[in-house]
Amino acid sequence: MTHTAAIPRDVPSHDELVDQKIVGAFFVAALTYLTISMLAGILMALQLVHWNPLRGVELFSPGRWRMVHTNAIAYGFLANAFLGALNWAVPRLTFHPVASKALNWFIFVAWQVIVLSTAIALVVGPSLQDQAWVMNLAREWKLPMSLGAQGLEWGETPFWIDPLALLGLALVAVNFMVPIAKSKGPMYVTLWYFMAAFVWTFLTYAMGNLLPEYTVGGTSAGAIGGLFIHDLVGLFVTPLGWGLMYYFVPILLKKPIWSHGLSLVGFWGLAFFYPLQGIHHFLYTPIPMFLQYGAVISTIAVELVVATVVINFFGTLAGRGSMFFTNLPIRYFYTGMVFYFITCFQCALQVTLTFQKLIHFTDWVVGHAHLVMFGVFSLWLFGIMIELFPRLLNRPWYSHKLLIYHYWFSSAGLFVMFGDLTLAGIFQGYYWASLQPWDVSTDGSQPFWITRVFAGLVMFAGMLCFIYDLWMTWRGVTPADWVEVTPIPKVSGN
Amino acid sequence: MFESKAGIFFIAGVGFFLLAFLGNGVVPMLMYKDRPEKSVEELVADNKRIMVQFRDLSERYPEQFKAAFGEPTEEKCAEALRLGRQIYIGEACWHCHSQFVRPVSNESLRYGPVSQSHEYDNELQRPVMFGTRRVGPDLSREGGRRGNDWHAVHFFQPSVVSNNSPMPEYPWFFDGSPDKPNRRGLAIMTYIQWLGSWLPEYPYYEELAEVTDE
Repeated sequence: MTHTAAIPRDVPSHDELVDQKIVGAFFVAALTYLTISMLAGILMALQLVHWNPLRGVELFSPGRWRMVHTNAIAYGFLANAFLGALNWAVPRLTFHPVASKALNWFIFVAWQVIVLSTAIALVVGPSLQDQAWVMNLAREWKLPMSLGAQGLEWGETPFWIDPLALLGLALVAVNFMVPIAKSKGPMYVTLWYFMAAFVWTFLTYAMGNLLPEYTVGGTSAGAIGGLFIHDLVGLFVTPLGWGLMYYFVPILLKKPIWSHGLSLVGFWGLAFFYPLQGIHHFLYTPIPMFLQYGAVISTIAVELVVATVVINFFGTLAGRGSMFFTNLPIRYFYTGMVFYFITCFQCALQVTLTFQKLIHFTDWVVGHAHLVMFGVFSLWLFGIMIELFPRLLNRPWYSHKLLIYHYWFSSAGLFVMFGDLTLAGIFQGYYWASLQPWDVSTDGSQPFWITRVFAGLVMFAGMLCFIYDLWMTWRGVTPADWVEVTPIPKVSGN
Repeated sequence: MFESKAGIFFIAGVGFFLLAFLGNGVVPMLMYKDRPEKSVEELVADNKRIMVQFRDLSERYPEQFKAAFGEPTEEKCAEALRLGRQIYIGEACWHCHSQFVRPVSNESLRYGPVSQSHEYDNELQRPVMFGTRRVGPDLSREGGRRGNDWHAVHFFQPSVVSNNSPMPEYPWFFDGSPDKPNRRGLAIMTYIQWLGSWLPEYPYYEELAEVTDE
């Protein structure tokens, strides 16, 4: 890296800073949950087209696995992958290792316990629900919920796991805040995003998993629920994702971010406008209309902010554009950014009451969710993993061709799924508004749902390529087709 | 301030989060703070229709009902509603069915009256079951539209009574056949029949004399 010269000599070496094993461990855990989540998604997709091979099997009920699908992405894949990447980026940016390496491993184990118990509770919980002891437990402790899922989207994590998850998030914050606090001099953009994300994630999780269940009911709980699902994307996933982009993109392009001013606008605009929009998930509900208008306006405002961030990154790419074709991580990052721009542009339109009339409750929203969670953040994390695994394992990828397949299957499959579901949503909206019998809308959705199954299978095939490639790389099998198309930067200095 | 640790921690991190929480969360809380949340027992006591449905279940499936709940008392009805709602959440019914009727898109013609805030001021709406996706129709006015036998068959195998329905089957709500709903089956049917039973007209479309005369 070119900035090595500017680093003082007494800086600890890479091995003192980064615990490479834990980065790898988090990445492997993340990929495991992503595989499970994709299989769960395929199961639900097959159910909709009447091809479910496991119909009538209680423990494979598509409804329960639908919740596993979303929770495994948020807490299994994204959280683990972010933690792995943070363990790489934060010590290297601050020149201080995490607060405690032992604590790091405790967090790793605890987080897997949290994710696995959530999955088990979601799948097995409803089967136990009619047991007398479960009902008694709920009544005696005045619990508004069961041992299984909580009735809050993305907050289904059972109530008895919530305290553990909050503790885990607090420990994560402490473990990374200590090196950030120790670092001297001006903070780099990445650390702004990370710092804010540690605060926001904890607060968001506490708000969503405690308030609507214990204290607030009815319509106000709807407002809090909207804020929760929104903040989880906007204040946990988005800042960590952009923070990592601000870290990896300049390093790979070997040049600084184009405009520091735009970085400032992007961060502070996101911080101010993003949390204000929760209620836009529940437009036309009994939530007071003036609050709904406020959420709509701030959503449109954040689109302008997003545009500045994307412009900033394309300004950075200027002059190095060919790296989009020669460097696979860069290709992943910038593909994700294009998808991010589409997502946010779509946001600014679909959030209006005019669009909501038609597309609320339809597959349009499902397409939007996949575009942002897979098309943006998963692609970014794939890029980061492709960059980091060769360094962690100290050898090149087994097959570059398989990585290219992974890229095309993931991005093209996702784009087809997004377009398909968006169209399906428009059709469904018009079917409903035209007051035709309900089955007209589900029958009319079949072509779209069938296309979605195949798009999902293509994405899964990409995933299999990636896992196989990783497996062979891990085993140290001699690269099958190694050609210097993407020279991996040498592991040197910091 | 804009790049300092304290500025980012306190202003962006804590400050902006709380600002949004005040605007988006605390304001509706304060607006609705004077409306008490009804317990399930109060809901059952105020609502004769749900008891009619509950007794209907006990007469239609006497042995199954006796094993699951004993006598169709108000107390047992409350228990069934609580259990029914937890099954509704646990089986992720709320991920494919919404519970609010919007004032747009002809929804009041399809489902019934537009949803109002007071309908959600009860224990069974904590957390609120608005829902975010409709693969199947909205259920907030579903109660009383169809008989318990229809629901039993529908849960057992939706495609029998609902053509080409993509809804999954729930045979574990039954002891082998649709005329033998178990505790979970009876509870979820009670819950579905409760939805909308607080409205002046129940069911909205079909006036059932024996239900309203009760």
